[in-house]
Amino acid sequence: MSPRAACRLATLGFTQVYDYVPGKVDWLARNQPVEGTGADTEMIGRHLRQEVTTVRPEERISAVRARVARSAHRFALVTTADGILLGRLRAAVLDDADPTRPAGEVMEAGPSTLRPHEPAAAIADRLVDKGLSYAIVADPDGRLLGTVHPGDL
Amino acid sequence: MTTVLYPALRRLLDDGAQLVEVLPAGEYDEMHLPGSVNIPLKTLDATTTAGLDRSRQVVVYCWDAL
Repeated sequence: MSPRAACRLATLGFTQVYDYVPGKVDWLARNQPVEGTGADTEMIGRHLRQEVTTVRPEERISAVRARVARSAHRFALVTTADGILLGRLRAAVLDDADPTRPAGEVMEAGPSTLRPHEPAAAIADRLVDKGLSYAIVADPDGRLLGTVHPGDL
Repeated sequence: MTTVLYPALRRLLDDGAQLVEVLPAGEYDEMHLPGSVNIPLKTLDATTTAGLDRSRQVVVYCWDAL
């Protein structure tokens, strides 16, 4: 729809016309604010926690273990320097892996993620049904936004 | 007409671009980008766009790329 609108504006004489092709859903998926009667809809992006331990793929497991031990959770997420989610280190891996190996070699690559504009109540039900204590939230570029936990939703 | 992704959109907004949502009014009323105005595609003409500043960039958007 927006390409047709952009063309229409051009035919009306507008010379600086841009089309934000990914549209409103992309904006919402980046946890950006919106206005309107539905702006107060409870979405998981409002309940993000940023306390999870994040590590770089080259960090050794021994160092990750120490950081996770000081955190509120028993897992860590592996990201690039600019926050792109690469993988997850579950507690079992942290406990069992060779401490000299880098995180990137033993991580679970490509963990499932949610977008921040998903409805909070439905996600809470889904997490409880599946027996999950948290879900990872990322934006459309794969950038880690945080985690959500059923008790918060 | 130029297509833009989110990073370029942010730069355009920082530069004072005008945002136009072209979805029907009901969808705009429910949820829209801050600072946007609503001109539904079916109503886009010289009259409804008269309020736009032709000397500034205009960014249009709808729900998604589909």
